Amino acid sequence: MNILLNNKPETIFDGSTVKKLLKHKNIQNKYFAVEINQKIIPKSDHGTHLIKDGDKIEIITAIGGG
Amino acid sequence: MDKLIIDNKEYSSRLILGTGKYKNFEETKSALEASGCEMVTVAIRRMNIGQDQNEKNLLDYVSPDVYTILPNTAGCYTAEEAVRTCELAEELLNGEKLVKLEVLSKSETLYPNTIETIKAAEMLVKDNFKVMVYTTDDPIVAKELENIGCECVMPLGSAIGSGIGIINEYNIREIIENASIPIIVDAGVGTASDACIAMELGCDGVLMNTAIACAKDPILMAEAMKHSVIAGRQALKAGRIKKKRLGSPSSPNSGLVTSD
Repeated sequence: MNILLNNKPETIFDGSTVKKLLKHKNIQNKYFAVEINQKIIPKSDHGTHLIKDGDKIEIITAIGGG
Repeated sequence: MDKLIIDNKEYSSRLILGTGKYKNFEETKSALEASGCEMVTVAIRRMNIGQDQNEKNLLDYVSPDVYTILPNTAGCYTAEEAVRTCELAEELLNGEKLVKLEVLSKSETLYPNTIETIKAAEMLVKDNFKVMVYTTDDPIVAKELENIGCECVMPLGSAIGSGIGIINEYNIREIIENASIPIIVDAGVGTASDACIAMELGCDGVLMNTAIACAKDPILMAEAMKHSVIAGRQALKAGRIKKKRLGSPSSPNSGLVTSD
């Protein structure tokens, strides 16, 4: 299925959870947040939340700023 | 003693630092250490996915165990964008509710959009966020933000990154005199004397980024800012003398050795 990840098109396996996507993308940074279609997915739901075709997924982190 | 209290937490340092514009994370870390600050701002942005897998994150260098991390809403131009950013920051920082709200008007001046700022502050306070709010040096707006329930109000000294210093000391003083929450000058500081003036005016703290990060020697400037904030606070507490038009000798006139 096709998703938009941080505004870039991606193709991922059907039935992927947020946790699987994070593993697939090798995101090891412990400071991040996930939002799907402008709704935050809490870390406690990453293992069960299924990604759907067409989902717009944002993975954000903290960077330098004033 | 003379501590700054924000969100029920005591701070010995009244200097808050931004973490942008440094050459690298090592320099950021060293500058923060030299400044003695205990609270730092960070920006919330999309993660750089699929590049260097061992790439370090800012928070690996600036640990939330050591510093109070203050996520900002820099780059937001509407209340809705700012609230969304704060909600993401809360999830990122495992439920922390302390945020720096800034809603800008246009990219050239980076001047705060006070209408959207007030709207966002109302939404965030309602959702139990602890809001440190960046705004103009308008005393009416500052009081309104206090009445909404913001944790502290942070009027600009001058435009973000301008280095001009405090352009309206009278307004800053008026804001301080009418406030019962901390007032922190945010933006515009160019050098140590600007920070010192802010503290002498009675500000509870100073927030800065560019003045340190873009100095020729950021670590040395960070140390200078540490001293200037302390000096300004001490001078305020000590009480300055009145200004006089004419001179007043420091040495006694009596007992002078003269030819008489």
